[in-house]
Amino acid sequence: MARMKFLCDADRCIECNACVTACKNEHDIPWGINRRRVVTINDGKPGERSVSMACMHCTDAPCAAVCPVNCFYTTADGVVLHSKDLCIGCGYCFYACPFGAPQYPRVGNFGSRGKMDKCTYCAGGPEADLTAAEYGGRANGQFTGYGSNRLAEGKLPLCAEMCSTKSLLAGDGEIIAQIYKERVLRRGYTSGAWGWQTAYRETIAS
Amino acid sequence: MRSSLGSIFATLLLGLAIAFAAPASAQQPTSVNPTAQSVKEQQLLKELQKIQGRGTLPDARSQVLEQPAGRDWRQFHQVTLRWIGAVAILGMLAVLVLFYLIRGMVRIEAGRSGRTLVRFNAFERFVHWMTATCFIVLAVSGLNITFGKELLAPWISPEAFASWSQLAKYAHNYLSFPFTLGVVLMFLMWIAWNFPSGVDLEWIREGGGIVGSKHPPARRFNAGQKMIYWVVVLGGGAAAITGYLLMFPFYATDVAGMQLAQMVHGIVGVVFIAIMLAHIYIGTIGMQGAFEAMGKGEVDVNWAQQHHSLWLEKEQQRGRATGGTVAPAE
Repeated sequence: MARMKFLCDADRCIECNACVTACKNEHDIPWGINRRRVVTINDGKPGERSVSMACMHCTDAPCAAVCPVNCFYTTADGVVLHSKDLCIGCGYCFYACPFGAPQYPRVGNFGSRGKMDKCTYCAGGPEADLTAAEYGGRANGQFTGYGSNRLAEGKLPLCAEMCSTKSLLAGDGEIIAQIYKERVLRRGYTSGAWGWQTAYRETIAS
Repeated sequence: MRSSLGSIFATLLLGLAIAFAAPASAQQPTSVNPTAQSVKEQQLLKELQKIQGRGTLPDARSQVLEQPAGRDWRQFHQVTLRWIGAVAILGMLAVLVLFYLIRGMVRIEAGRSGRTLVRFNAFERFVHWMTATCFIVLAVSGLNITFGKELLAPWISPEAFASWSQLAKYAHNYLSFPFTLGVVLMFLMWIAWNFPSGVDLEWIREGGGIVGSKHPPARRFNAGQKMIYWVVVLGGGAAAITGYLLMFPFYATDVAGMQLAQMVHGIVGVVFIAIMLAHIYIGTIGMQGAFEAMGKGEVDVNWAQQHHSLWLEKEQQRGRATGGTVAPAE
C-alpha cells in the first residue's frame, strides 16, 4: 500500500485559500472548525511564504500517542484517523500536535469541548465506507461524522486535487516527493517541503 | 495628435533602451533562486521554536503554522509523568506496608480512659469529608487519564473504556468545584493552628513519636499534621489553578502554557496522591484512636495526652474534656 502524504510547495502557493473552501464544502464542515488553513509568514515583507496546512498524518503520530482513550488509528495507507465514538474531548491531541490540526466544536464549557474533528485525508472514519453514518450530519449542535470518503471512491483529497497552482500535492509520498524533486531540478531551487521534517522525520533531498 | 505620436515614439525609444540594457541582467544562470531570501522552515524553528504567520481565520491559534514543542510534552506525558507517578505512589505504598509490618499500629499506651473531648466540630468534619470524597474521585479519574489506557483499557472493550473515561472526565471537572471550596475553607478555618513554631522542631527531632518511642509534646496540630495542612493548601491550590487553566482552555494562555499547566497539574496530582496515602494510613490502621477525631469528632483523653499534650492542657483549662478537669492519665 502507498504511504499517503501531503506536500505544500511553498514556491507555488498563492494564498488563494481555495483548498480551505473546498475542504469546508466537501465535508460540510460547520462554522468554527477548520480542517485546513493557509498561513502566510512574513506577510507583505521580503521573504514572504504561504503554506497550506492541515493534519500531516504523521509517522508515529503524537496525537495518537497522548490520547488517553486510544481513539486514533492509522490506516493501511498511513492516514491517521480517529473515532468520534471514543473521543472524550480532553484536548490533549491539540497540545501534542505540531500542526494545530485537531479542532473542537466548543471552546470551553467546563472543558467539555465536544468530539474532536480533524482532516481525514478525505478518508472518512471507522464507520463502513461511503455510508451516511460515516459522512455524518448535525446532532445536538455537533458534527457527528467525518465527511466524504474520497479515498474509498478512488480519488485523492479535494484540497490538493483542485489546487489551481498544484502547490498542494497529495498522494503516495514517494510519487509526490518525486514530482517535487523534478520541479526543484527544473527551477533550480527548493521551497522547503514544510512540515516534512516534523511529520515524517525526513526531508526531500534535492 | 502630434503630442500623442511623440509620446509613442518616446515609449518606443525607452523600450529599445531597455531591450539593449536587458541582456546584462538576463545573463543570470537559470538556477538562481529568486526566493533565496525567503523564510526557511528549519531556520525559523531553530530561532523561535514555532512558526507563526497571518491567516484569514478569526481563530488566532490557527495562525501558528508549526510548533514541534508538543514532542517534548508527549515525552513528558507518556514517559516522565508515568515514572514520577509510579515511583511516588508505589514507593509510598511500599514504605507504608513496610512501616506497618515493622512498627505496627501506634496504640494508646495508657489504654482508653473512657473520657473524651471534642477535636473537630461538625462543620470541620463536613469540610474534611467533602474535600476527601472529592479528592478520591479526582484522584481515580485523574490517574485514569495518565494510566488508564495501559492498566484498565486492555481488560474491557474500547467503548466501555471510552464511556468510563468520559464519565470520569465529567466527574473530574465538576467535582473540582467542591474540592476547591473545601481547600479554601480548610485554609481559612485551620490557618491559626498551622504556623510553624519551636514545638515543631522538637517534634521533628523526636521523630514525632511515630519513628521513635517518645511522645514529644504538640499543640492542636503537630508538625506532621502541619505539613499535611500545607500540602493540601499549596498542592490543592496549585492543582486548582492549573486545573482551571486546563478546564477553560486558551482563555488565559497559549499551547505552550497549556502544556505547562498539564505538566504542573500532573506532577502535583501524583505527588499529592502519594502524600494522601500516608495521611489515610496514619488516620486509619496506622494509629489507634486517630480515626475517631474525624469520624465522631471526639477523641479519647489518653490519646490526646499521648499525641497532643499541650492542646489537651489548654482544653482542660477551659474545662472542655468531658468529666471536667482531671489530672492527665499517668
